[in-house]
Amino acid sequence: MTTKTLPPVAPAVGRGNRKQARRNTLIGWSFILPNFLGFLAFTLIPVVAAFALSFMEWTSFSAPKWVGLANFERMLASDSFWIALRNTVVYALGHVPLTMALALVLAMLLNRKLKGIGFFRVAIFFPYITSLVAVAVVWNMLFSPDNGPINQFLQTIGIANPPGWTSSSDWAMPAVIITSVWRDMGYYMVLYLAGLQAIPTELYEAAEVDGASPWQRFWNVTIPSLRPTTFFVVVMLTVSSFKVFDLIIVMTNGGPGRSTTVLSQLIYQEGIGEGKFGYSSAISLVLFLIVLTVTVLQFKIQQRRER
Amino acid sequence: MTNMAEDLKAEAPFAGAGLAPTPEDRRRSQRRNSTRERKARTTDYVIYGVLAVLVVGLMVPFIWMVSSSLKENNQVLTVPIQWIPSEFVWSNYTDIWTRIPMMGYLQNSLYLAVIITCLQVLTGSLAAYGFSKVRFPGRDVLFLAYIGTIAVPWQAYMVPQYIMMQNLGLTNSFNALILLQAFGAFGVFLMRQYYMTIPDELCEAARIDGLSEYGIWARVILPLSKPALASLALLTFVNTWNDYMGPFIYLTSNRLWTVQLGLRSFVGQFDAEYAMIMTGSVISVIPILIIFLVGQRYFIQGIATSGMKG
Repeated sequence: MTTKTLPPVAPAVGRGNRKQARRNTLIGWSFILPNFLGFLAFTLIPVVAAFALSFMEWTSFSAPKWVGLANFERMLASDSFWIALRNTVVYALGHVPLTMALALVLAMLLNRKLKGIGFFRVAIFFPYITSLVAVAVVWNMLFSPDNGPINQFLQTIGIANPPGWTSSSDWAMPAVIITSVWRDMGYYMVLYLAGLQAIPTELYEAAEVDGASPWQRFWNVTIPSLRPTTFFVVVMLTVSSFKVFDLIIVMTNGGPGRSTTVLSQLIYQEGIGEGKFGYSSAISLVLFLIVLTVTVLQFKIQQRRER
Repeated sequence: MTNMAEDLKAEAPFAGAGLAPTPEDRRRSQRRNSTRERKARTTDYVIYGVLAVLVVGLMVPFIWMVSSSLKENNQVLTVPIQWIPSEFVWSNYTDIWTRIPMMGYLQNSLYLAVIITCLQVLTGSLAAYGFSKVRFPGRDVLFLAYIGTIAVPWQAYMVPQYIMMQNLGLTNSFNALILLQAFGAFGVFLMRQYYMTIPDELCEAARIDGLSEYGIWARVILPLSKPALASLALLTFVNTWNDYMGPFIYLTSNRLWTVQLGLRSFVGQFDAEYAMIMTGSVISVIPILIIFLVGQRYFIQGIATSGMKG
């Protein structure tokens, strides 16, 4: 027993037992290795390669060649880049606030103990894990310009000329946004629900004693207490909006014309569709920088608020 | 040992925001019952009403999908809307199997989802143990590399991945998708978050008992992390099943297509076959619905813990 008190593999804390440390390194790596090999080869290396490629001229017909900033110059001069960037921003401007507001409203409605409340929560969450193809197919049909249920509904409430939705270049993006808000809000509702349940009930009771109206309680207790959740939700939503890809491909494929083409899709078309590896990587880098900037910026704002 | 494990399980901080009522819900309701019970009850009915209308409203796409899947094509887009088919066309559900190779699509989806889920759960939980319970130089830097790539949108590196797969001659094969999706950083991250909540003293005690590190992983940590394993497995399975972009980029021949690709191409080819398209959609969603209903708790917990989409 006494000889056993020195465990075979102690964490290498305290005085450096070199042999022990080496053994721990070996054991640690043996656990990580199966995942790490795959991760290194198929994630880490491609990430680094994407950076390097954006400064190279490389197509499926030519050998890679260092060209400095030429890809970026070409990108900034290209129509399709600006159109895709604009569409992505428009999508984000619609998707982020709408999803956030609806998720919060739903969470507040569902944050109570009622018989069967679990059913309502599950039902509202379900669209989020429904396959995108099914979602897109159903909504495309709901949006059908003639005789589609949505336009029939709009006509009954007095809109004589309902929009053409996915067949109109002005209305395709709103149609995509509505679909994605419907799909995503259940997920963010779950996050808000977690935030709401972390607010101590004492806060509300104190506010009630002080004579605060429900509306005042909402603005002065709920909203400030939810700030960390809201911050998280905004970051996640913004990042996911800029990455929007599959919904667009399945629902409109960027059309009509280029009215719903987004950055991710442009990367796909240029890189995989046409084999312009270097040029598409330049667009990738822009997408990455946007996502990074959004995250850092929101972190900064959050920090300042907390001070 | 097992007792300790049971205690820990009960206290595991994994019970975040479930969809099921939490103890906090219950406490609130008790408080409400004791005061102003009558007023509360009226409010409850109002809330029920509001919720019922809301949920039915939000479920309209699903209701429409199921109802249309049981119609003739020319009954789908009618004026006025037919919510209940005038005649139930059950034959849609028998015809679709011969119309498109639906069974093959389902098998392909299932194959990919099972293999990727197993690999992800196995390698993810192993790596998470290395990252949380074994101390060695360079560990935290390495973990940072994992976290760092989660922040990079995968669209930003899909082209290098594609070039790589092309050079390996793996395009148009399941192996490309398995290699790309089975070793994700997400699984490692989710499992590590959970392992960090398991006290090191437990491993320490097992070491003194003479268990090797692999023994500790297999006999102490794994049994304790069943909820996290379930979350990761369910999230990975559903993500792979629903994935469209991966198969879209890599699988070109029809015999390799997954349900999602098969359904999408059916829509592209026969866009007037409204009813049959809806039938296919229903069939593609049913497995997800079943898995979700069975493992609903783990799903939401996984999402609430990691705060992340898989």
